[in-house]
Amino acid sequence: MSAYEDFAGREIVPLREGPDPVNVPMIRHWAEAMGDRNPVYLDDAAARATGRPGIVAPASMTQAWTMRGYAATVEGSSAGAGARELNALLEKDGYTSVVATDSEFEFHRELVVGDRVSVREVVESISPEKATALGVGRFVTTVRTYTDQDGEVVAVQRWRLLRFRPKAPSTEKREPKAPRPRPAINRDNAFWFEAAREHRLVIQRCSGCATLRHPPGPCCPHCGSFEWDAAEASGRGHVYSFVVNHHPRHPAFEYPLIVAVVELDEGTRLITNLVGVAPEEVEIGMPVALEWLDADPDLTLPVFRPVAQEEQD
Amino acid sequence: MNGRTYDEVSVGEELPALPIPLTRTLIVATAIAGRDYQDVHHDPGLAVERGSKDVFMNILTTNGLVDRYVTEWAGPSAVVTAIKIRLGVPNYPGDTMTLTGTVTAKHDEGRRVEIAVRGENGLGAHVTGTAVVRLPGKGAI
Repeated sequence: MSAYEDFAGREIVPLREGPDPVNVPMIRHWAEAMGDRNPVYLDDAAARATGRPGIVAPASMTQAWTMRGYAATVEGSSAGAGARELNALLEKDGYTSVVATDSEFEFHRELVVGDRVSVREVVESISPEKATALGVGRFVTTVRTYTDQDGEVVAVQRWRLLRFRPKAPSTEKREPKAPRPRPAINRDNAFWFEAAREHRLVIQRCSGCATLRHPPGPCCPHCGSFEWDAAEASGRGHVYSFVVNHHPRHPAFEYPLIVAVVELDEGTRLITNLVGVAPEEVEIGMPVALEWLDADPDLTLPVFRPVAQEEQD
Repeated sequence: MNGRTYDEVSVGEELPALPIPLTRTLIVATAIAGRDYQDVHHDPGLAVERGSKDVFMNILTTNGLVDRYVTEWAGPSAVVTAIKIRLGVPNYPGDTMTLTGTVTAKHDEGRRVEIAVRGENGLGAHVTGTAVVRLPGKGAI
C-alpha cells in the first residue's frame, strides 16, 4: 500500500470551530461581493415573511464560516496533524500547487444568526499520479462535515483538490523541436497527404461500388475494382480506441501522447492524435471534430479535438 | 421580489441567462469576503509562479454565484438544499462568465427542484453542476 493509499479514511482536520458565529456583517460582505440581493440574508422582516425565524446565511457561505483566515494562511499553519503530514508528503513529491476542482454540498438546514459552525475533514481517496492540463498531480478527495453548536450536522461537502507540480512557465526558452517523422508517401496514398496540405480530409471511394476505404490502397477490398475517386469527409467522428504513449519518447512529440483511432461519421477509421484533452479525460465513444496540424512547411496532418455532445448537431 | 411555487415550475424550463463580468476587483473581493487568502486569488505574480496565467476566481465564489443565480430565479422563499459543482477552465480577470440553467427534475417529496447549471467563459466551461432548491407550495407566497 502506498503512503497515499494509507490516507483513505483518515481524519486530517479534527473538529474545529469557526472563529466567528454566523453574523450579519460577514453575510453583508459576502452578499455585496457576490451581487446577491436576496433580502432574506439582510432584512429580518423579509426573512420572516418567507416563514423563516429571521435572517439566514446564504447556503453557499457555509464553508466561509470555518475558513482559517489571513494569519493562518500566511503562516502556512495547517489545521491538524493529519493535514500537516499529508502536506509534507505532497510537498516532498513536488506537488506544490493546488487548485480546487469539485465541491458537492448537501445542506441539511439553513444557518441562522448566532449559529456556531464547526468542521471536520476526512480523506476519502487520493488518486494515482495523473497528467492534467496544469501539470502532473494527484486528486485529493475529502469529506467535510459541518456541525452546529449542538453537534447536529448542518451540511456535508465532498471536496476535491488537485495537488500538482506546476509546468515550467511558458516564458522559458525551449529547444527547437525535432520535425515529426515523415509519412511514407507512395503513388497510392499521395492524394491523401496532398489534400491534407489544403486542409481537406478525404476518403478514398471505389468508383465501382462506392465503398469508402482507409488507409488508401490500389484496389477495392469489397469488389476488387482498381478505379477510385475521393470523397470529402465531414470532419466529425468519435473515438473508436486510443492509447496513451509515455515511452519510448521521440523529440518531435509532447508526452503523454494520445494516439487514437477515430471512426469518422462516414464509417472509415484513421490513426491520429487528440488535442485539447488530458489523457485521463479521453473516453471511447467521445465525439470529436477535425482540426488541422500544420506541423512544418511540408507536413499537415488531421488531428481531432473532443466536442460536447450538443455541439454535434 | 417575486418567487416561484413548486407547481409553477416544469421540467425543461430554462432559467434566464446571467452574464457576470469577471473584473479583477470581483475576483479579489469575493475571495476575501469568503476569508480565502490564498495568494493565487489576489497576487498575479505568485499566481504565475504557481502555474496560472493570472489570478483566478476561487471555488467558494463559484458556489456563491451559482447560489445567487438559482435563488434570483426561484425567489426568496426558496431554500437551497444542494450545490454540486465541477470546475473546468479558470475564471480569469477580463473575461465574462455567462450562467445558464435548466430544470432537470422535480421531486414532490419536499417540493425539491433540480437545476442543471453551466457557466461558460471565453475559454470554455468554467463550471458545470447541479443545484437543488426547495420551493413553497401553492398559495404560500
